[in-house]
Amino acid sequence: MKQIKVLGNGCTKCQKTAELIERIASEQGVEVHVSKETDAQTFLQYGVMSTPAVVIDEQLKHSGSIPHTDQVKEWLTA
Amino acid sequence: MFEVFAQFADWLAYELLSLSPDSKFGDAVHFFIEDVSKIYVLLVVMIYFIALLRASLNVEQVRNYLAGKNKGVGYILGSGFGAITPFCSCSSIPVFLGFTSAGIPVGITMSFLLTSPLINEVAILLLMSLLGWKFTLLYVVVGMTVGIIGGAFLDAIKAERWLQSFAKKALEAGQNAPLQTTQEKEKLSFTERHRFAKDETLEIFGRVWKWVIIGVGLGAALHGFVPDGWIEHYLGDGQWWSVPAAVLLGIPLYSNATGVIPVMESLIVNGLPIGTTLAFCMSTVAASFPEFILLKQVMQWRLLATVFAMLLLSFTLVGWLFNGFSAFL
Repeated sequence: MKQIKVLGNGCTKCQKTAELIERIASEQGVEVHVSKETDAQTFLQYGVMSTPAVVIDEQLKHSGSIPHTDQVKEWLTA
Repeated sequence: MFEVFAQFADWLAYELLSLSPDSKFGDAVHFFIEDVSKIYVLLVVMIYFIALLRASLNVEQVRNYLAGKNKGVGYILGSGFGAITPFCSCSSIPVFLGFTSAGIPVGITMSFLLTSPLINEVAILLLMSLLGWKFTLLYVVVGMTVGIIGGAFLDAIKAERWLQSFAKKALEAGQNAPLQTTQEKEKLSFTERHRFAKDETLEIFGRVWKWVIIGVGLGAALHGFVPDGWIEHYLGDGQWWSVPAAVLLGIPLYSNATGVIPVMESLIVNGLPIGTTLAFCMSTVAASFPEFILLKQVMQWRLLATVFAMLLLSFTLVGWLFNGFSAFL
């Protein structure tokens, strides 16, 4: 199961990012656990400067915007 | 080139809705239609083209560029980048930490964060089209000055003492670490630029369209319903107390620059002095409680309160200064 973290201060974009990933994962039948991280120290830990950011299995994949659908598909199938 | 919007408003308000051009209501509706249609068209066109140009500029690059710059240049650059770099206000915490952990002094980081909400391409565009280039230039200079002096002041009082402890540690670690070499710049293809610009346009327009309606609506109401000369009669002399009153009034009102600029236009046209208008609008845009509370994660209360007080004081001074100036012009 992929551990996915969505980093952000709880703005609507972060919310949408998390929902998007969950939706695509369930469409593709990939098992994921999506958690939302709002703690400032977590941003520092991953070196994230723009949110929403996506961390999959401890690897920073994306930051600064809601990801595109095809990007998310790529991460989930990798 | 803007007459087409007046003609469109003529047609919609006077012909289609058959309102009388002589009535207050007809006048207000006409004003509303003309301004909203003009602003929407300008926004979509300009956001797209500006986004094409700055697709490769992001906060990570700004940080790499600012790291290790000396303070004097740092404040000016920080404020300048704050004006042109796009970032969502919900990113202020990670941006603050990213800058801080690269060893950039708190003052330079704050120059960036303070200028950012005040000046952006949408604000500049609206100011140019509604109030002309002279006022726009004035607004940009004032906004950047507040950011630059604010940042320098925070370093002068050693504001880093009042960061939350983990942020303070990150700053110290960053200052002692050797400067990281900047990552190589990726070249963007036109398709990628277009994609970025399209996303930006949709995103920004989706966020600001309602502010335009609110702002222009208020402006139209002022335009059509406040008796001619009322504002000028009571507030037109730039009475000293009207400036701090305007700043205080602006705190609970929260808007972004897009919503407040159409209101500025109406206030100025109705005879509110330029200083009072600037003070009110900057306070509305930059001093908002919800965003300040977010900064609590990285700053102690003491620093938070200092920054807030500093902003209010500087907007008041800006107001007095410009009201004073205009008396001599």
